[in-house]
Amino acid sequence: MSGYLEGVLVILLLNVIFAYAVYWPLAAGQLNLGVAGFVGVGAYVSAYASNEYGVSPWLACIGAGMVTFVLALIIAVPVLRTRGIYLALATFAFGQVLQSLFLNLEVVGGAAGYPVLAYLGIGGIAVFAFAVFLVTAFLERTRFGLNMVAVHDDEAVSDLFGINVRRYQALAFAIGAAFAGLGGGLYGHHFSYIEPQNYSILFSISVVLFVLLGGTQTVFGPLLGAFFFTLLPEVLRGSEEWRYAIFAVLIIATMILRPQGLVTAGELRAVRRLFGGGALAGRSHG
Amino acid sequence: MLEQQLVNGLMLGGIYVLVAVAFTLTIGILNFLNFSIPGVFMLSGVFTWALLKMGLPWPLAILGALAVGAVASLVVERCTYSWMRSSDHYVPLVSSMGFLILFENLVLVQWGSDLQRVVLPFADLNIRFASLVVSIPQLVSLVLAIGLVFCLRMLLQKTQMGRGLRAIAESPSTAEILGVVVARLVPMVFVIGGLFAALGGMLFALNYQQVHPFMGEEVALKGISAMVIGGMGNVWGSVLGGLLIGVVEVLSIHFFNADFVDFSVYGLLLVILFFKPTGLLGASGIVREKF
Repeated sequence: MSGYLEGVLVILLLNVIFAYAVYWPLAAGQLNLGVAGFVGVGAYVSAYASNEYGVSPWLACIGAGMVTFVLALIIAVPVLRTRGIYLALATFAFGQVLQSLFLNLEVVGGAAGYPVLAYLGIGGIAVFAFAVFLVTAFLERTRFGLNMVAVHDDEAVSDLFGINVRRYQALAFAIGAAFAGLGGGLYGHHFSYIEPQNYSILFSISVVLFVLLGGTQTVFGPLLGAFFFTLLPEVLRGSEEWRYAIFAVLIIATMILRPQGLVTAGELRAVRRLFGGGALAGRSHG
Repeated sequence: MLEQQLVNGLMLGGIYVLVAVAFTLTIGILNFLNFSIPGVFMLSGVFTWALLKMGLPWPLAILGALAVGAVASLVVERCTYSWMRSSDHYVPLVSSMGFLILFENLVLVQWGSDLQRVVLPFADLNIRFASLVVSIPQLVSLVLAIGLVFCLRMLLQKTQMGRGLRAIAESPSTAEILGVVVARLVPMVFVIGGLFAALGGMLFALNYQQVHPFMGEEVALKGISAMVIGGMGNVWGSVLGGLLIGVVEVLSIHFFNADFVDFSVYGLLLVILFFKPTGLLGASGIVREKF
């Protein structure tokens, strides 16, 4: 495999993981604009564990995911008191605070960044990305996933039917954060260097953008969004300086023409019916 | 020294006030967090520089920059809000983020990503009160910011258009039934908001004498924080929040260091959101109910 192709593939796999980190809270009706903060926590925690204590990179990355999971559960208590736009802004503020924390933590290099000694190749990242996709696809098929859709579609009615809305929202938020932490750990261990500037609000915004571009009604939406976002700039490489402008135009056009994203649940069902798989009806949204 | 820092903080806050007002208008009236505002802010700042560099006299350059901001804001309205009133609530937000990226990259393609120095058309004037140094352009922008907010308040409270806008804020469909021409007033919200953002960008370019394609982001994020801290949809809240953030920012640098600014500003935002999400002066009713 050529170095260029491998480089693009790694970015694609990481983007898939980050996409599901944003997708989970969105599936429960929450816009998380602070995902970069969780990615950063994952990157720093795993790097510190493998650098200082010699933990294997695999374990360090899984551990990073657990740490961000717990951190998200703790922060969910006050954050989920807010709703809608306030929730998005609270996660945004939280992400910014985390970023400035990395900037001021001298023990992990502060503004200068932090080198990561252990290395994780593309194989390991692929395994984790696949696992993230499978976990998401599996959970969606369970009662847990069904309840999540219900919470997304109508909180009040879900509450009436006995679903603990707050618990599902907190769990969706935390699962997303766990994936973000995992992805952050993988990023650090592959690129061998992490710096606070990477974990800015722009990172969060671009992940949110490509997930919404793909669509949040089905588990395939984020996958498609990540492919689109990673590969499009490569395809447009001929027009180097125009590529982000073109990407922006495509986002605006998609939102006008297909506000539900590129893949929707209804179409997915139609495709399944075509192949006689009607029993596996996808997630339904009103 | 501390007094001087406080003065600087208030001056910086004046810029945040303008941006926060731009945000609070679209949020308060249309319930839409318009992420293209940093782009409009930046366009106006960059055009101030570009028009001055072309040798235009400064009043014309300023007018040109403001016009660019207003037009850009109208384009955003045509392609986001006017299309998507019926879709999911995050769709206009996403499109407006798309516009931010678009504006930034168009400027990048045209002028590159370098920091450009704005050459002031007039001598840099300072006045001194005892030991305090106050720069006249900064003082003008602070006074202008507060004066314009006062005018905006008057416009919203006293005029026919203001009544229409407040009706839309309560309920767009009821306003329509009662004869408010929603389709004509909504673009006005964008033009007014765009002008506030453009004025902020232009004053930023003149006061700090540097522009670049991404200058809008940091200022706008502080503008959003200012809006929330003061109370979303509340115009005077934006003034209070903007000035407060300016002072907090400058004091953080004074007592700690520049890397600490984000920690205190966004920490303050987080604390407000946790304990008093309606902000210091209280959000207007609309924002609390919808979304």
